[in-house]
Amino acid sequence: MQLTRRQLTGALAALPLLPTLGACGARDSDVLTVWAMGNEAASLPALLQGIDWPASAPPVSVQPLPWAAAHEKLLTGFAGGSLPSVGQIGNSWIAELAAIGAIAPVPAYARRLLDDQFGAVIDTNRIGGKSWGIPWYVDTRLQYYRKDLFERAGYVEPPPDWTGWKAALHKVKKVAGDGNFALLYPLNEYEQLTTLALSAGARMLRDDGGRGAFSDAEFKAALAFYKSLFDEGLAPRVSMAQISNVWTEFARGYFSLFLSGPWTIGDMRSRLAPALEGNWGTAANPGPGGTGSAAPGGSSLVVFAGSPHGEAAWDLVARLMAPGAQLALHEATGDLPARRSVWAEAGLANDPAVAPFRIQLERATALPKVPEWERIVTEMQIVAERMVRGQFSVDEAAKEMDARADRLLEKRRWMLDKGRAL
Amino acid sequence: MSLRRWSVTLLAALVALVTIAPLIWMVSVSFMARGEAAQFPPPLWPASPTLENYHLLFGTFGVGHFLFNSILVSTLATGLALLFTIPAGYAFAKLRFKGRDAIFRMLVAALVVPGQIGMLPLFLELKAMGLVNSYAGALVPWLAGIFGIFLVRQYCLSIPDEMLEAARIDGASEGQILRCIVLPILTPIIVTLALYVFLSSWNDFMWPLIVLADQGLYTLPVALAASSRQNVQDYEIMMAGAVVTTLPVLILFLALQRYYLDGLLAGSVKG
Amino acid sequence: MNAQPRTGKSASAVGRANKTRAGWAMSSPALAAILLFFVLPAIASLFLSFTDFDIYALADIENLRLVGLANYQRLLENPLFWKAMTNTLLLVAFGTPFIVTLSLFAAMLVNSRWLKWRPVWRVALFAPYVTTLVATAVVWRYLLHTRYGLLNYLLSFFGVPPIDWLGSPTASLPAILLFVGWKTFGYNMIIFLAALQTVPRELDEAARIDGANWLTRLRHVTLPAIGPTLLLVSVLTVAAMFQLFAEPYVMTQGGPAQSTVTILYFMYEEGFKWWNLGSGAAVAFLLFLCIMAVTLVQLRFAKRSGAI
Repeated sequence: MQLTRRQLTGALAALPLLPTLGACGARDSDVLTVWAMGNEAASLPALLQGIDWPASAPPVSVQPLPWAAAHEKLLTGFAGGSLPSVGQIGNSWIAELAAIGAIAPVPAYARRLLDDQFGAVIDTNRIGGKSWGIPWYVDTRLQYYRKDLFERAGYVEPPPDWTGWKAALHKVKKVAGDGNFALLYPLNEYEQLTTLALSAGARMLRDDGGRGAFSDAEFKAALAFYKSLFDEGLAPRVSMAQISNVWTEFARGYFSLFLSGPWTIGDMRSRLAPALEGNWGTAANPGPGGTGSAAPGGSSLVVFAGSPHGEAAWDLVARLMAPGAQLALHEATGDLPARRSVWAEAGLANDPAVAPFRIQLERATALPKVPEWERIVTEMQIVAERMVRGQFSVDEAAKEMDARADRLLEKRRWMLDKGRAL
Repeated sequence: MSLRRWSVTLLAALVALVTIAPLIWMVSVSFMARGEAAQFPPPLWPASPTLENYHLLFGTFGVGHFLFNSILVSTLATGLALLFTIPAGYAFAKLRFKGRDAIFRMLVAALVVPGQIGMLPLFLELKAMGLVNSYAGALVPWLAGIFGIFLVRQYCLSIPDEMLEAARIDGASEGQILRCIVLPILTPIIVTLALYVFLSSWNDFMWPLIVLADQGLYTLPVALAASSRQNVQDYEIMMAGAVVTTLPVLILFLALQRYYLDGLLAGSVKG
Repeated sequence: MNAQPRTGKSASAVGRANKTRAGWAMSSPALAAILLFFVLPAIASLFLSFTDFDIYALADIENLRLVGLANYQRLLENPLFWKAMTNTLLLVAFGTPFIVTLSLFAAMLVNSRWLKWRPVWRVALFAPYVTTLVATAVVWRYLLHTRYGLLNYLLSFFGVPPIDWLGSPTASLPAILLFVGWKTFGYNMIIFLAALQTVPRELDEAARIDGANWLTRLRHVTLPAIGPTLLLVSVLTVAAMFQLFAEPYVMTQGGPAQSTVTILYFMYEEGFKWWNLGSGAAVAFLLFLCIMAVTLVQLRFAKRSGAI
């Protein structure tokens, strides 16, 4: 019996040992780890070489996360207590990570990093009276349009007010010819509708983010305008999956205007047929009575709560925010710098495709900052798609959106009641 | 007769070729130069075979580390699974103890329950134990291998009772019987079980994906899935990554295929 | 102690006590692990599904509430859940017969008595099953590529225009099914092969001499003889079809237009993307009920038709 018993006790004894195996994965206290995504992660090692990191500070190690899985990994890291010291975070995730206490607020000595930035972006990161991250690069969505087709319709650029804008689209559609449309608003994307809503001044949530405000007059105006674009045949009723190749379709005039971010500039230059070079442009979004608004996007640098390297971590963030590093990031990735002063240095104001982004960022509005937001807009768009396909009227759709938002926000209202929500 | 023989064999060869064509193509593309595979018509063989993709994979992408993680996790999973299931399987077959049959019936019933049912609570459980984001967390499901117990039990049933009784009369303890008499007889099924657990834990994806957050702990499948979401255009590198991920288990299987296939039948059909 | 008389009452009692002790000692580590890491979580899943465990509760357990059946009710009202359910049921309904047929034909081919070098073909056809799912999914994503994929290239010889396999909402599910079939038929083939080897050759031979053609012999000789195996394979395949996850995760990420969101993929997103563990547990439990229900129906059907 002895041997078996020894084997078994060995096996049982191994169980408590498992946590020591686990220690291999725990936060490494000698290294300052940075989690970053996509292109930024790829260019960080080179950036770090240029920032003059003191030899006495803990060495920096960069861990890339794929964009598609980054959000999950951040939350798993939080659940497993294995978050690193510094992270690149999509601005729309800040509310959620702050709500669960995964990230640390910006300390007083690092607040100067928020000077020289775009107001709406700073506002996005401000929750419960505190700032939770330093915007690292910025983006927003505005319109890309076919200059040649607009010119043939008699316009230098899309008019800034909704009425004029829509009239122009009708003419552009005529110019583009049979079977073509004027704009592409894919039915599975919510950014188009939120941009219209922000331009109309809609708040979308009320009661401290506890309930939907989709039945407000401002939102309904945006919703009705959105619906009319499809009803009047200006936009095809399609989702992105039905457009096999945006570049080909844009080039052949299937649509002459669409909404996208700065990353599309590079694609336009590399993927569009050479014949179209110089025949496309960007412009700030239209609004009900003149230039409209947009949601500020991009990524911020955050320091995770409980990092053993708090000060060194903020020091690293500060160095990555220095004008030289901002310029280097722009050159390596094409990202638009968060610091306004760097825009001039990079000569971005002279780039006709980029300049409208500056205008738009100055006129951007933060989206509601609740952790549930992503789910709420997902539901909002499902309802909007059904409305466009004729299942709902504008009023019914607004009511349905409110109902769905209220359901998703039920927990938040409970948390607000208990004084536990940020 | 001979014609029939050749036509059937030819058909089988054709079917086999179609079946393994994706694997051959995977290997072939992994030796192509960057960008060579993104062509129409798709090239079947590299114009000039290169190891560039593998250099890049082991250098820049650090795939060696993931390979190490995979080997470590699968080896430990195999060892632990054997340690836990062999004695249990033997006990269920040959040692009559109170409640044995009732427990065994429950285990058999539990075989139909997919492991994913408990995945979310298991995550919370491991979080409480501090095992989330650790190798140990990835190993845990392999300790609870009902199929292994079942397999060992089936095999043990064929051991004649007289043999064990004789040993008992000679004064052997139950532990000695397991070690000196049963284990040698069980060798083939142990190889089968080890191979099965090793391959399954190597190929496992969903659980490591959930429980491992830190890239330093990723196993090959998790790392490959992560990078496949980023380097979609770089087919040649992705194929090289696929080769590194799947070739070890494929070779292991080919070397020990008789054990694997026979064991599979022992487990599924006789049961 | 050593020489115990064989017949004494007390001696056999000692032996029984010994065996009981050893039996428990040998099985308890495994049973403890099963209890801790399988049974407990499975039961906890049911309880979790009655709570609103979410990201707030993860941060602070005080934020957890009992919500009764609210998670289930919301799921039934959620169109994406129904989309996932429909996709999964489509995979079960079309995938099971497809894969079972594929495996049976492969098994009959390999079992053919005119076949030379049988072990070679057996291993070749089985090989995809042991490959790493994620790796071969990556390979197939390339194989199915609209412009550079081998499959569309082969189809072009038959005048078929390029199919956007993974990019079109109608082709994506069949594309995934094609991959799953390739990956798994070898496993079922081995099981069928073992059953086929028990079918007496003389029976088949007698039917052949009576002039029965291949299809008649399949229907009246082979299939009845391997009935229970057919049932086993289809039960296993149904269970596997309900559990597809890595395929959509790697090949399509659930898209396009949610056309490849399976029930398990939905559970993963609900649980580990949105961190609604309560709702995710409800999905897991519904998945379990579905597998049970379909399996029971299969068993009932098999009993009625006399297969078991």
